[in-house]
Amino acid sequence: MSTTASTPARTGRTHAPAAARAGSKPKRHYGTHAFLLVMAVMWLVPLGWSLYTALRPVASTNEHGYFSFAGDFNFDNFAQAWTQGGFSTYFWNSVIITVPAVLLTLFLASLMAFAVSRVNWKFNITLLIMFTAGNLLPPQVLAAPLFEMAKHFEVPYSFSDSGNMLNTYIIVIAVNTAFQMGFCTFVLSNYMKALSADLTEAALVDGAGIWRQYREIIMPLCRPAFAALGTLQVIFIYNDYFWPLIFIQSGNRLPITTAINNLQGEFLSNYNLLAAGAVITVIPTLVIYLLLQRQFVAGLTLGSSKG
Amino acid sequence: MSSTTQELIPPEAREPGGGRPGRRTGGRVRRLTGRDKLVLSLMVGIPTLIELALVWLPTLMSVGLSFTRWNGLDLADIRPAGTENYQYITQDYPPFWPAVQHNLLWLLFLALIATPLGLLLAVLLDQNIRGSKIYQSIFFAPVMLSLALIGIIWQLFYQRDNGLLNFLLGTAGTPQAVDWFGDSSVNIWAAMIAATWRHAGYVMLLYLAGLKGVDPSLREAAAIDGANAVQTFFRVVFPAMRPINIVIVVITIIESLRAFDVVYVINRGTNGLEMLSALVIQNLVGEGQVIGVGSALAVVLLVISLVPIVFYLSRTFGKENRA
Repeated sequence: MSTTASTPARTGRTHAPAAARAGSKPKRHYGTHAFLLVMAVMWLVPLGWSLYTALRPVASTNEHGYFSFAGDFNFDNFAQAWTQGGFSTYFWNSVIITVPAVLLTLFLASLMAFAVSRVNWKFNITLLIMFTAGNLLPPQVLAAPLFEMAKHFEVPYSFSDSGNMLNTYIIVIAVNTAFQMGFCTFVLSNYMKALSADLTEAALVDGAGIWRQYREIIMPLCRPAFAALGTLQVIFIYNDYFWPLIFIQSGNRLPITTAINNLQGEFLSNYNLLAAGAVITVIPTLVIYLLLQRQFVAGLTLGSSKG
Repeated sequence: MSSTTQELIPPEAREPGGGRPGRRTGGRVRRLTGRDKLVLSLMVGIPTLIELALVWLPTLMSVGLSFTRWNGLDLADIRPAGTENYQYITQDYPPFWPAVQHNLLWLLFLALIATPLGLLLAVLLDQNIRGSKIYQSIFFAPVMLSLALIGIIWQLFYQRDNGLLNFLLGTAGTPQAVDWFGDSSVNIWAAMIAATWRHAGYVMLLYLAGLKGVDPSLREAAAIDGANAVQTFFRVVFPAMRPINIVIVVITIIESLRAFDVVYVINRGTNGLEMLSALVIQNLVGEGQVIGVGSALAVVLLVISLVPIVFYLSRTFGKENRA
């Protein structure tokens, strides 16, 4: 495949001469724009409606109805959701789970990817297939045994107040790491395979051991891949709903993505508050999206464009 | 080799020709010292052990537990049950067949509506049109959100009395108002539309990358041969994106099998929203804790998902194995 392609993040600025592209005659674009505009509005409606509802105090909507422009607009719902809904705790829980899980995933995947891509030995492909396949399984397939394993893995009460691995962050971090490691190994090994063999050959001649090759030659070159995968994994693990649902029973230990579901019950019939909670939950991903969109997009396409 | 992979690599470090190095031979392994071998075995051993213990062992245990009866309490209480659990789910467990139908419907909906929509958006945005980047950002935004949150955001949109949709349809506050997520005759469609919101953006993104990778000379050649835009796309460009097409097929199938978060957030996968993945979890966390039945459902899910997984792996790794 050609290497001249640009990533989608850059689309729209540089392009091949328009003449080379069928269907890019100017007059055709009115229909395209009309279609895209309609689609874009439809796409924004659900998010826009949440934001609009969140900005209105419940008193205004009770008085004027939800479908009105009258009444006040302020951030009271956000403040109330933050304090009453315990969002600061949930956010902190998300950080406690996401940061170690992403770092561990990238570290372990880089070790594995290095071994299977830069050193030639018998089981390379077998192991890589095992890792890749593991990431493609539906998580629900492993849920029951993992739950039972955690429940029957007894630890001192000083370590976990449940006496086993349930209700601990460690099990959520470990399972997220194991599950995401397959994908990262696959992506990183492709990346490392594309690095020139001369780099490590030369180091080998100089007497550099495997660890130095990994640490001082390959790792620095993989920085762009780490940036892309790191961004992607932060989003993936922050957005993970399932594993905390299985392993964590105390409501105040849940990360935000899983906890938001409980708010549906708590904020019963106060949709303004629920909408504010939803918008607050979106904010971190939105910030990452705006700051690191290119990395995120590169991460997604890295994993899927192997030809 | 992927174009994106190549692009992120600094030019001076690229493998010449972008292909796999051909001169790596067994000779290199012999030059490894004892310490190198130890380092390497740790590098491979630790991740492999974690992968085996937390992914593959539980998968095998699911298969094993599906042939037993167990309430999940004492390990000594596990009793062999033969194929009883499978007979039970296929013959006496009411939500099973609706769940299979819903999973299938979900797959068809993603495959026939969401995925083509994503492809259409990508093709339109790949043209040199104004505001392409803004459109892309809009369509792509839902991909950043968790499916659980998407369930909540659409709940606000779909509600019976205060939801925007009923207002737009003019039914809000009237007896004709529909509770889109609550009414078991429509909620699966409402949920699939919410899922499409995310899936189409994802497909668009992947196809945009794929379209950039198509050699422009192919289009030129087609244009010279007198092909119109539609012919060029379906006969030249689309077949040239074969690697991406395979990925999209696999992602679409796997997403439809994994459909869990949305339905679980709405009503835990009951009342019109039965899905195989949700049934697995209902049997795990419910009062009864019927691990055997839950595991049998998990195995059904596993067997179905092995089809796209094996297809994908054989496409991806088949070449390398033969080489």
